[in-house]
Amino acid sequence: MALKIVKGSIDRMFDKNLQDLVRGIRNHKEDEAKYISTCIDEIKQELKQDNIAVKANAVCKLTYLQMLGYDVSWAAFNIVEVMSSSKFTYKRIGYLAASQCFHESTDVIMLTTNQIRKDLSSPNQYDTGVALTGLSCFVTPDLARDLANDIMTLMSHTKPYIRKKAVLIMYKVFLKYPESLRPAFPRLKEKLEDPDPGVQSAAVNVICELARRNPKNYLSLAPLFFKLMTSSTNNWVLIKIIKLFGALTPLEPRLGKKLIEPLTNLIHSTSAMSLLYECVNTVIAVLISLSSGMPNHSASIQLCVQKLRILIEDSDQNLKYLGLLAMSKILKTHPKSVQSHKDLILQCLDDKDESIRLRALDLLYGMVSKKNLMEIVKKLMLHVDKAEGTTYRDELLTKIIDICSQSNYQYITNFEWYISILVELTRLEGTRHGHLIASQMLDVAIRVKAIRVFAVAQMATLLDNAHMLTGNTQRNGICEVLYAAAWICGEFSEHLENPMETLEAMLRPKVATLPGHIQAVYVQNAAKLFATVLKSQEGNTDSTTAQEASQLMIDRLPLFVQSANLEVQERASCILQLVKYIQKLQQKDVEVSEEVCALFAGELNPVAPKAQKKVPIPDGLDLDAWINEPPSESESEDEQPKAIFSKEEPKHSRPRHTEVDEKELARRREARKQEQANNPFYIKASPSSQKVYQETPGVEHIPVVQIDLSVPLKVPGLPMSDQYVKLEEERRQKERAEKKKKDKKKRKEKRSGRGKKHDSGPESEEDITPAHMVDIVTEEMPENALPSDDDERDPADPHKALDIDLDNLESAGKRPLADSEKLPVRSHRAAEVLKSPAEDEEGENVSSLEPKKKSSKEKREKKKDKDKDRKKSKEEKKKKKHKHEEKEEADLLCGQADEPAFQSEETNEVVTPPTSTSADVSDLDFWLSNAPVPSNTQEAATVAAAEAAPAPGAISVTTPDSEPEEPKDTEMEETKSSKHKKKKQKREKEDKEKKKKKKHHHHHHHHGDKGGEESVQNGTVEEEEPLPPMSNYCLLAENSYIKVAYDIQGNLQDGSQVVVSVIFENKCDSFLKSMEFNVLDSLNSKLQRPEGSGPHDSLTIPFQLPPGVSNEARFVFTVQSIIMPQKLKGTLTFIVKNEESSTHEKLDFKLHFTCTSYLITTPCYSDAFAKLLESGDLKSSSIRLEGVNMPFHHLLARICFHHHFSVVERIDSCASMYSRSIQGHHVCLLVKISSQTVSVDAKCDEPTLLGNVLDEIKQTFSQC
Amino acid sequence: MIKAILIFNNHGKPRLSKFYEHFNEDIEQQIIRETFHLVSKRDENVCNFLEGGMLIGGSDYKLIYRHYATLYFVFCVDSSESELGILDLIQVFVETLDKCFENVCELDLIFHVDKVHHILAEMVMGGMVLETNMNEIITQVDLQNKMEKSELLLADKCSFA
Repeated sequence: MALKIVKGSIDRMFDKNLQDLVRGIRNHKEDEAKYISTCIDEIKQELKQDNIAVKANAVCKLTYLQMLGYDVSWAAFNIVEVMSSSKFTYKRIGYLAASQCFHESTDVIMLTTNQIRKDLSSPNQYDTGVALTGLSCFVTPDLARDLANDIMTLMSHTKPYIRKKAVLIMYKVFLKYPESLRPAFPRLKEKLEDPDPGVQSAAVNVICELARRNPKNYLSLAPLFFKLMTSSTNNWVLIKIIKLFGALTPLEPRLGKKLIEPLTNLIHSTSAMSLLYECVNTVIAVLISLSSGMPNHSASIQLCVQKLRILIEDSDQNLKYLGLLAMSKILKTHPKSVQSHKDLILQCLDDKDESIRLRALDLLYGMVSKKNLMEIVKKLMLHVDKAEGTTYRDELLTKIIDICSQSNYQYITNFEWYISILVELTRLEGTRHGHLIASQMLDVAIRVKAIRVFAVAQMATLLDNAHMLTGNTQRNGICEVLYAAAWICGEFSEHLENPMETLEAMLRPKVATLPGHIQAVYVQNAAKLFATVLKSQEGNTDSTTAQEASQLMIDRLPLFVQSANLEVQERASCILQLVKYIQKLQQKDVEVSEEVCALFAGELNPVAPKAQKKVPIPDGLDLDAWINEPPSESESEDEQPKAIFSKEEPKHSRPRHTEVDEKELARRREARKQEQANNPFYIKASPSSQKVYQETPGVEHIPVVQIDLSVPLKVPGLPMSDQYVKLEEERRQKERAEKKKKDKKKRKEKRSGRGKKHDSGPESEEDITPAHMVDIVTEEMPENALPSDDDERDPADPHKALDIDLDNLESAGKRPLADSEKLPVRSHRAAEVLKSPAEDEEGENVSSLEPKKKSSKEKREKKKDKDKDRKKSKEEKKKKKHKHEEKEEADLLCGQADEPAFQSEETNEVVTPPTSTSADVSDLDFWLSNAPVPSNTQEAATVAAAEAAPAPGAISVTTPDSEPEEPKDTEMEETKSSKHKKKKQKREKEDKEKKKKKKHHHHHHHHGDKGGEESVQNGTVEEEEPLPPMSNYCLLAENSYIKVAYDIQGNLQDGSQVVVSVIFENKCDSFLKSMEFNVLDSLNSKLQRPEGSGPHDSLTIPFQLPPGVSNEARFVFTVQSIIMPQKLKGTLTFIVKNEESSTHEKLDFKLHFTCTSYLITTPCYSDAFAKLLESGDLKSSSIRLEGVNMPFHHLLARICFHHHFSVVERIDSCASMYSRSIQGHHVCLLVKISSQTVSVDAKCDEPTLLGNVLDEIKQTFSQC
Repeated sequence: MIKAILIFNNHGKPRLSKFYEHFNEDIEQQIIRETFHLVSKRDENVCNFLEGGMLIGGSDYKLIYRHYATLYFVFCVDSSESELGILDLIQVFVETLDKCFENVCELDLIFHVDKVHHILAEMVMGGMVLETNMNEIITQVDLQNKMEKSELLLADKCSFA
């Protein structure tokens, strides 16, 4: 043995180490590859040796070779060997190699689980550290699952060095094993307040990363982060937190209001540019989130813009870049503030730095107006000519198109100019954006009818000069333009001056070199042109031109008939036959032009890109249901569509084939039809897709603008858009002069034909009228299109799985961790007894080959001081635990969730107050609703934090993480038995909690507007069909300007208050302002008005409504008696302001306070519910609902949602429900359903209230 | 998150590559080449940010780099990182290297790439910034090096005993 070691170390002296390898490679510059391959052979030899030092050295060299691009995955097993060395030096080499080349599909990774676990619990902190670092690079879902618990234990390690690494790696664990997020979150949150700044920073880092993807789940942490922000001095942490707030503010505008002041203070005080920049960024995010609500933050915007200007003007290019980047964010909501710095931005466009130019380009988007569009585009065109790299040039191209086409060509006054810009852009070499130009050409030609004459002429020249575009193979991207050109010339061929010439150009032999899809368009449109030629020759006694055209077609089309492209071939042969037939008719002097034209009659309208998606699914159509039973496996082979030239299958050999009966045939036919219907290339015989032949009246009536013939139709190659700029200038001047004479109103009339959007140009935009009357055809949408969410998340996004509601975790025990959610803990197996160290090494190999068997042989030597620390922390924990247990007991007894302290006393009744979620929300609400005075805020934050503080400790009762300490105790027996006991206790607790959880689920049924979706998400009604969307808002009043909807909800904290949320929606094109809301108070109900105002004064609504915008305002009413429904008369007054006038408008309404609106959703446990019923204080009543045609759970959900009830218990088709009025009346329902008849037995301590509520329930169901 | 950290010299020779997301070796080399191509053609006094290349990242990612003498230090990061913060981090990294190698130069990185990896591991872990305090980083690195030395001494003693 000793000899072996000696031999090994002598070998080592002759081995190459990393330095030798590097030196060797440097000395073999000529034949590097050859040298390295000999080195790899050596390494392979070294890896075969027993000496771990030699192996480690070899692995170290492999890591270097990996960096040079050599695949070293073949040595994966050796890397694992080196990782498991007991020496830190080698272990580190092994882990480094693993982190560089292991990944999810490396199969030896599964051998490492136990080794890593052993290293994680090593007494040497650097063993643990190295393992954590390595694991962070190659963690797999399996490793994450198996090690999550160990890592979680490390989060409370005594050494901050380990703690911070453990905290940080948790993010990777969450990504790979999302189930670990809920159990680990409380501890992670705890680490936000770790005494060590490094650990704190790591926790902030992880939570920020999580919150960035799913911000809404982390909103409740806002108070804690706020506290950190005001207390921390670490710029890294501050930057992260401020970035996080930037992600949170869009969800909660009140948070933004709170943030503005501390952030502005930081902006003024900090010297760190990085921090300043992030502050500005977040202030911008805040302003964006507020912009809809209150426009009075101009001071903050000014501050931001001012600071950004300083950055942009800085000589440091980095600051300039970032300044522009942030500026572009402001641009979206406050374009005017940015526009005032136009000079600066245009200057940046000339910067030598491409990154900066690109950023400036982004900003240009908001800089353009009708006035300067041409000028800016001219400048960009110059850049296009000068640009070197294709990327930058392509970027310029897309930007030009973007700014011109933005908001429906809002800023384009002269479309002739735009078309010529597009034509000029076709001269770009090697651009990838040919299709973009093409689609713009098509879009403009189709939608701007007046420009068609001009466009067709331009496209005809393009076609004529097609060789210039296709000549160079490098310019392939640009030939897409020809697609557009050919289509435009064909479709609008009636505008062509000389269709015959264009026809000739389209049938040149060179066309056959174009890509197939373009050729196909050529052929098809050649046919359209042909039809036009025939038509133009109609009535002409001399039929030579027509015959020439036919001859031309017949001569040239055969070339396309031979095309390899099926589409081209098919179209060409079809048209060829047609033309041949036409020629025959022509020779007989038969008039054919009308019939030929009929082939292409009808107008094609533009269809909105999302139109298809928005077609609503008709009622009763279930797209997921089988229309026919799916064919069985074996048959599907037969049904498969065969490739055209595929080999014939020896079908006759199958006897089954002959047995096919009528039914089977019919079924197959059906299946085939379905398949064809799904095949987009199969032309269906549906009547709708056929063109209806009719003379389109629209085209004739469009005033065709006389083209100024002083402008020569140009040959591509000469820049011409400049001429339009000049012409436009002249035109505008002329117009201005004329305008002075003209009456203002006349202009309005002229412009009124255009869409509303086009009028809203900034500043003196109004002065510029478009060159022609432009009729922009809007894109078609299907009737009753559904508004739908556009940004669906990428299903592959790993963060989707991390969208887990964490709020419930915070307050004790409301939706506790279920058994299944706990992290897997190693279970001890009695069979595995401790082994001697010598055996250990052998055993290691064995166990590493069987990774699934959890071994428990690790023993740890604890240092005494460590032990002490542990004990201390344990004690603390116990205390906490104890405290919490008490609390929880109280919880279970009276079902009291932890409410903000200030109101717990008055709500202390037998009946349960609102659930934890709402308590949580009200926590946050409380924090947010505080006046934004700094001192106050601070206090509030600490109060809120203090309230939240017991939560993380509390949760540890139900998480397993309080246990892992125990298995490490040396006395196994004892541990086991104590563990057993504990488990029992725990189980009991869990059972209770599970029950609670159930209720909690039910509660979710009716929480807020999202009730419908949420219940599905939470999985209570998994097997049942999803609920239809519901809304409690009902129409209050409506006229042609405004639509008002409202919802009434009881106020939890005050038995005599209800809150009326009113949504105002502006329906017209004008601005609505100075809105005032007034209600005629009754004796019973009164609108709460600010102090000092009289009982008849109206309330001013704190916002204005731009066209199409809606916003919500809330009004508080005090009510005395709640047992009767009531109606209050009221009026809404507002000023309608548009460009020429402002009128005062008034809208009367009746506010209906139903008895339901006095009920508050309150969960109730079945025992409390039973007690209540037994008490005998309640009067009963009942109703029956006939013909209810909906699933029972829908029915319940409706009652819950519309009438603020919660389900206490549900057994099959029978459910008990509960609600409570704001004045504390209990309302209990027993709902039963049997074949469309629903009986509702109800009990309440106030019969009148009950009667009214039942009436209202009845009404709800009579409506549906 | 940091997606990758690359160090290469003025000729594009990789001196260190650390990817926090798996790519196979060929793609890694391609990324290094592409990044070098992007970075090397930029003038000295332009900004240190670069909108990502084709291979790595996409629209959310940026290249943030610094050029020291013969070496480029390039970090590829997403939008959750502060641009100026990362520039500072690169500075800390280089200063730490300077302290650990005593006047660091390209040769140190060439011959001791493993050590550079170990230093980096104390700063960035799994793509997230672990520590930014230079003294803390150096302390931890030194302690680990000491441990390594004592182990080697022990091993030598054993083998010749």
